[in-house]
Amino acid sequence: MMHGFDVVWEHSDRLLWGVLNTIALSIVGAVLAVVFGALVAILLMSPNRLLRLSVQGLVDLMRCVPFLMLVYLVYYGLPHLGIDFDNWTAGLAALALYNTAYMAEILRGIWSGLPRETFEAATAFGYHGPRLYTRIVFPQVFLAAGPMLGNQLIQIIKDTAFLTIIAVPELTQAASGIQAQYFVPFAAFIAAILIYWALCAIVEGGVALIEKVAEARR
Amino acid sequence: MAKKPAETSETVLDIRGLTKSFGSNLVLDGVSLTVAKGRTVCVLGPSGSGKSTLLRCVNWLEKPDQGAVYLSGRRIGMREGGSIPMSSSELARERARIGMVFQHFNLWPHLTVIQNLAEAPIHVQKRNRDEVMAEAAALLDRVGLAAKKDDFPSRLSGGQKQRVGIARALAMKPELLLFDEPTSALDPELVGEVVAVMKTLAESGSTMLVVTHEMGFARETADEVVLMDGGRIVESGEPSAFFKKPKTERARQFLQRYVS
Ligand SMILES: Nc1ncnc2c1ncn2[C@@H]1O[C@H](COP(=O)(O)OP(=O)(O)OP(=O)(O)O)[C@@H](O)[C@H]1O
Ligand SMILES: [Mg+2]
Repeated sequence: MMHGFDVVWEHSDRLLWGVLNTIALSIVGAVLAVVFGALVAILLMSPNRLLRLSVQGLVDLMRCVPFLMLVYLVYYGLPHLGIDFDNWTAGLAALALYNTAYMAEILRGIWSGLPRETFEAATAFGYHGPRLYTRIVFPQVFLAAGPMLGNQLIQIIKDTAFLTIIAVPELTQAASGIQAQYFVPFAAFIAAILIYWALCAIVEGGVALIEKVAEARR
Repeated sequence: MAKKPAETSETVLDIRGLTKSFGSNLVLDGVSLTVAKGRTVCVLGPSGSGKSTLLRCVNWLEKPDQGAVYLSGRRIGMREGGSIPMSSSELARERARIGMVFQHFNLWPHLTVIQNLAEAPIHVQKRNRDEVMAEAAALLDRVGLAAKKDDFPSRLSGGQKQRVGIARALAMKPELLLFDEPTSALDPELVGEVVAVMKTLAESGSTMLVVTHEMGFARETADEVVLMDGGRIVESGEPSAFFKKPKTERARQFLQRYVS
């Protein structure tokens, strides 16, 4: 068994490359999901009932699709409509799209739980439109959302593993490549799991930081 | 108290025939009121009489059904002529001319005290950041909170929060200040510090429309007292006359209940 870890260590460059891809996909995917999720959350909070309900319908639909199905759809389905991605971009698109729905729902939930009065005060002071959101609403939403955003980011990191199915060279792909080639499944997957764990620990650290900032204001 | 002559000075706020219903509940029933520059008008009245709604119609947080609001001669909420509603950005610009102080303070919890003061002047009025910060520091000094400038609102007492709320409104250099029961959410021992700040404001020539249950403030500081009931103004006059010799039966009943 120790031999297995030696083999994995020898090919650690492949794992490293895998983990870099996983990190890049997670960060870019999460940033896109947060930005688009915030925009969708604005629509979910719209006073226009028809708009709100139709967007809510789309968000619910997206949340009910198995992620794997969405990946297939983007990678195999969209080219039929003339939209062609390489594996990496298709994976990122699916990841961002899928998590936009979750982020939107998280942000909407936090937003609707915040007292409206400080937003109304901002309106009375001449805020409206985008500036109301960027200066007053979302700073409060994000401060309150730390733990939930952290959970979702961990979900995103784990979702990247599904992208091995369309041959995106991320961490799971790298580990499974090493084990297939050298027959060291235990060592290869344990190594990958430990790396995922380390990534989650970093996320938790980030959450703790946000919580500290938020706690000073509570 | 130095009273300023109403007739000779210019009108800052002119409310004409406001009506407002929520569903079938008629909350404002033709309210007209003017506030001249530098004067303080106190609005009294029992709970549910429409005082908050009146204030919220002034800066169009509620859209009145009928009537008009003029601020220094400019119509609020409607373009001149009165048939076309203002766009949200036009409305926002008009609202920035009016300072508002809330019963529950409504400070922005993610910002420090001095950031609360500087936020709208910098980001709404687009004024120079350094100037705004210097003025904000001076304002905090004026309300006795210079030492708290970098604290977050959650760390302050109610009275301190409300003094920040007042300073935040002043930082906009508003033409008119609206107060909606600024001391009602405070513990009794904290009311005095807020009332003291409001008195100095009134005496230094701010134009103020104040909804309050603080009869002492109304009696000593107001230039005019207005009593609302059932969405109407039932009596108005100088505080000395109003408190000593109310003209209407309704005012007598109200004073009996609210003034010990
Ligand atoms: N947004 C709203 N929707 C429906 N009804 C409302 C709304 N705002 C106020 N009302 C109703 O209008 C009436 C007047 O309310 P308003 O808040 O103006 O009274 P008030 O004089 O400020 O009372 P208080 O002294 O309790 O603050 C009340 O009956 C209230 O229930
Ligand atoms: Mg009220």
